[in-house]
Amino acid sequence: MAELIVISTLNGVLFGMLLFLLSSGLTVIFSMMGVLNFAHASFYMLGAFFGYQLTRWIGFWPALVLAPLLVGAVGMAVERYGLRNTHKHGHVAELLLTFGLAFAIEEIVSMIWGKSPVDYRVPAVLDFPAFTIFSTNYPAYKIFMLVVSVVIFIALLVTLKRTRVGLIVQAALTHPSMVGHLGHNVGRVFMLVFGVGSALAGLAGVIAGPSLVTQSDMAALLGPILFVVIVFGGLGSLPGAFIASLLIGLIQTFAVALNGSLASVFGPLDPSLGPSPLTDIWNVTIAQIAPILPYLLLVLVLIFRPMGLLGTRES
Amino acid sequence: MRKLIVAATAALTVLGGAASAQETIKIGYIDPLSGGGASVGEGGLKTFQYLADELNAKGGILGHKVEIVPLDNKTNPQESLVQAQKAVDAGVHYITQGNGSSVGAALEDFVTKHNSRNPGKEVLYFNYAAVDPSMTNEKCSYWHFRWDANSDIKMEALTNYMKGQPSIKKVYLINMDYSFGQSVRTAARKMLGEKRPDIQVVGDELHPMLKVTDFSPYIAKIKASGADTVVTGNWGQDFALLLKAAADAGLKVNWYTYYAGGAGGPTAIKQTGLENQVFQISEGVPNSGNKAAMDFEKDFRAKTGISVWYPRAVNEMRMFKAAAEKANSIDPVKVAAALEGMKFDVFDGGEGFMRKDDHQFFQPIYISSFGSLADKAKEPFDEENTGWGWHIVSKIETDQTMLPTTCNMKRP
Repeated sequence: MAELIVISTLNGVLFGMLLFLLSSGLTVIFSMMGVLNFAHASFYMLGAFFGYQLTRWIGFWPALVLAPLLVGAVGMAVERYGLRNTHKHGHVAELLLTFGLAFAIEEIVSMIWGKSPVDYRVPAVLDFPAFTIFSTNYPAYKIFMLVVSVVIFIALLVTLKRTRVGLIVQAALTHPSMVGHLGHNVGRVFMLVFGVGSALAGLAGVIAGPSLVTQSDMAALLGPILFVVIVFGGLGSLPGAFIASLLIGLIQTFAVALNGSLASVFGPLDPSLGPSPLTDIWNVTIAQIAPILPYLLLVLVLIFRPMGLLGTRES
Repeated sequence: MRKLIVAATAALTVLGGAASAQETIKIGYIDPLSGGGASVGEGGLKTFQYLADELNAKGGILGHKVEIVPLDNKTNPQESLVQAQKAVDAGVHYITQGNGSSVGAALEDFVTKHNSRNPGKEVLYFNYAAVDPSMTNEKCSYWHFRWDANSDIKMEALTNYMKGQPSIKKVYLINMDYSFGQSVRTAARKMLGEKRPDIQVVGDELHPMLKVTDFSPYIAKIKASGADTVVTGNWGQDFALLLKAAADAGLKVNWYTYYAGGAGGPTAIKQTGLENQVFQISEGVPNSGNKAAMDFEKDFRAKTGISVWYPRAVNEMRMFKAAAEKANSIDPVKVAAALEGMKFDVFDGGEGFMRKDDHQFFQPIYISSFGSLADKAKEPFDEENTGWGWHIVSKIETDQTMLPTTCNMKRP
């Protein structure tokens, strides 16, 4: 049992940190521009595919740096030539733009790399068990993923809270016109934030690609859960996104590990009732409903605390 | 409007060309070509296209050319019905599908309804891999023919083999959460309980179908249960990723599987280092020792770059040709009548037959294990460049695979 708890905690934290890499960019972009970026998970996918392609050409380590930069550049281009032009038509137009972009990116990716998974492998240097607890190996690559996400988290926190750039970004979040009047180029700040947000998603893609599966539906698989994270954490709140990411990572992993069902708590139903929808509900285990738990959480949060865990405004 | 014209033109061509020998036989291939099932769906498509080319090179079927029409169903039953309708509108009279019994059941229902509403425009459904037993039992249809042994037949054979393995003490079941996965777990529990009551089932897991990208939480659970053997019907990426996670965690157990040989599976098994500890049940293996099959395998690999993973597809297409020739017609109604009860020499040797009562094909099946190949002359084929290949550990003759059916066939 102790083994299961330790391994599940590690896996849960890892998945949570990966979610955070993605949701941090999404939530900052939202609070700054008021736009929910539907294409955010697509940048994650782009990161994975760029990472795969660059790894084939120049190796994993250069790809780890170059691929996120490339994705960041794509993100900035989207902001500069897409979102900024649609901005004057209101939020709905911007929303629709990102929505369309998500589909366009998916189609383009499957046109270039095909629809089945690509062979994106863990680099040989990191392909060994890092340590063994209770006879279970823990892969070194997963530890590497964890380290990268923690480093990024700290760097992000320091930049936002302790530097001048962070100060301007924070100011632009709440009072964009005041920041503009003070002589800062708010447009450029927006573009940079969008670029950095996309680059973070791209980085998540590069490191998650070899461990999960790199294929053209990976954005669609992860996208919905990102919205859960940022709504749950509070739209626009970075600490909220952090807590929500970890929580959802842990909930999903631990739910899989649990076997409990109504039948195991209250005992099996009287067999004379025969098979019916009731017996199905009675016997379904927590592990089986694990994938829907985050969405259940989303619904509950929206009903009882619409601003989310650490959010400040209701929207 | 444009669609209407296209459909009308297609319909006219079919009506006008019914008598001419130039009319091509279109086979609608409805399987996943995107999403989680894409890796297996693309392999299947390559197989059917190769088989169509093989038939065409020998003059087609009764002089008609055979064409495979690929239709992407994303492993989704609703999407499959849309694609099936599209195929029928384009003049397709034969559809084939394999991946996902949820899809299979929907298509079986579709052809039954379509054929009762459109007499004279019948469509046959050739099933090469959807193995939910209900499709040839309570839900059976005259218009459906299945070339793969159903899940209960496979489990019967697998448990007969497991019965003789005294090292098996604790079994963990992990399956995909849909009709097929559920029938595997039910059959495994029932049959193991009858044949080896001393075996303890320490876990019984159903996970979402083709949605899980990281199986490590499940592997941690298997490990914690203390199981020495895992039984799974997982296929496609759900098998490859399960084994990949097992390799990462260093889980050392025996695996009894239905579809370990699918795309990505062999690579993942090699990674676990579990030599001869992963077993698969199938109607043929590349190293079967049958000369004709092995020559076919060689040419197939050279042309497509993949292994013959569907010997049953070979049986399906060749038997289709034999049935059309027996009926001297490509009319689906006549072909269906000719297929009923038909005997056929299968790909890997031995005789099989299409049982009239339920349209289930019976054939010799094999249990094979995956490991290094000692005698390269006798067993030349490895998988996915791993250096490891399948070798047969047990053969089950056709008459040993027969299970009764509850099908009450409604004949037209």
